[in-house]
Amino acid sequence: MTELPNHGKLPPLLLLHPDDNILVARRDIAAGERVDLDGEPFTIPGAVELGHKLARHALPADARVLKYGAPIGSMKIAVGRGEHVHVHNLRSDYIPSTTREGGSDAH
Amino acid sequence: MTGTNTASLSMKGFPRKDGRKGIRNVVAVAYLVECAHHVSRLIVQKSGADDVHLIGFPGCYPNKYSLEMMQRLCTHPNVGAVLLVSLGCEGFNREQLRRHIHASGRPVDLLVIQQSGGTTRTLNAGLDIVKKMRAELAKQQTVPMALDELVVGTVCGGSDGTSGITANPAVGRCFDWLIEKNAACIFEETGELIGCERIMASRAITPELGREIEACVDKAANYYRIMGYGSFAPGNADGGLTTLEEKSMGAYSKSGSSPISGLIKPGDVPPRGGLYLLDVVPDGEPRFGFPNISDNAEIVELIACGSHLILFTTGRGSVVGSAISPVIKVCANPDTYERMADDMDVNAGRILQGGELDDVGREIFDLVQAVAGGALTKSEALGHQEFILTYKQFEPIGPACLPAA
Repeated sequence: MTELPNHGKLPPLLLLHPDDNILVARRDIAAGERVDLDGEPFTIPGAVELGHKLARHALPADARVLKYGAPIGSMKIAVGRGEHVHVHNLRSDYIPSTTREGGSDAH
Repeated sequence: MTGTNTASLSMKGFPRKDGRKGIRNVVAVAYLVECAHHVSRLIVQKSGADDVHLIGFPGCYPNKYSLEMMQRLCTHPNVGAVLLVSLGCEGFNREQLRRHIHASGRPVDLLVIQQSGGTTRTLNAGLDIVKKMRAELAKQQTVPMALDELVVGTVCGGSDGTSGITANPAVGRCFDWLIEKNAACIFEETGELIGCERIMASRAITPELGREIEACVDKAANYYRIMGYGSFAPGNADGGLTTLEEKSMGAYSKSGSSPISGLIKPGDVPPRGGLYLLDVVPDGEPRFGFPNISDNAEIVELIACGSHLILFTTGRGSVVGSAISPVIKVCANPDTYERMADDMDVNAGRILQGGELDDVGREIFDLVQAVAGGALTKSEALGHQEFILTYKQFEPIGPACLPAA
């Protein structure tokens, strides 16, 4: 694939809106990779794939998660800064998401 | 919509009796019950022509929605002629459909398999009819066509965490520019806009329309709750999306930033340029199952609303096209693009690698005009002509839904 010339220099984490409390991975990020998180060096605790989210700062249980500046659900459990935020810890405030195995993100 | 002043050099259309113009001139072969599907498919396959498309309705029980949808689809501006194929005993009102197509000025013929004498005789008769129809369509001339005569629909399928950052907002830019030129643009799937209802309502051109939009998203949320599933597939989660409202926010960005001019239902053609929301969720208590069982069911409804072409954004990677209207695939995810480039018309994933949103939006805008001018999309060239139509029930839209009509 033809990658654009400045690809390697782009920060791996995207803040989509200033109010957001999650960041989006611009590419696959390996566990242990050193990244810039809100202007500070930070070591990624676990691998995060392209398009997935991680916590911008520590989030308590029931915290409303914001992406694009809009609520996208609430935390089922507390997570630390930089942790992967996904179906295992974030639930819909509307209709539970389902998995192939038949589980849902309802609590 | 008229617009000889802004005629684009590249765009041309086949003029139809109702004033609309087609960017393709397709012969549609339409089965009116599943029992006539195979014979219809044989006619399409053995015709050996890319511009002969298979459409149809599988059910034996009559249904107002499916008759209206077939009427809209068979008189879509991209359709030049129609061959109807009936088994003979099904409930579909084939005579009304034939009269409707005939009144539109299009060549139409009907074969009833039980009367024609079975598979082989119907096939041979069908091939003869299609050949004559194609010869007749080949004589038709195109005329210049302007952007304000164009209807463009958008749909997303196989969304992931990149969709709402790259492909969807790029389509939104394209929509904004098309609407500036007074094209009609349609976005849809109210069940995938759950969580965006208040933001959308604030963009409506009247407060009454805003209330209708909120009510129709409430209807969708209620419907999906009863069905037990939101419009959220396991692949969405594999790709980083966690919740329905997160997927919604990403999908919503396809609509761009124009005011919302109306709320329409399947088969309603936008009365003029502007941005329209298509309500695809049936009215009343859930009756016939999920609102749209797969992406192509949404595409068919966008086409029934007059969409000349479809902008399909995908993150995980869809390969589908459609009968009747070309599908332009905008790939959101750079890794998916790398794996499936043969199926993708636009690589919007490059936005994640430093590309500009406006550049991708401009590429889509230019491609819309090229495809309207006759250029084939990837899915067209690969022979994708998916089509699906199922049972549904709708009430007509209320007066507040089209304030400017």
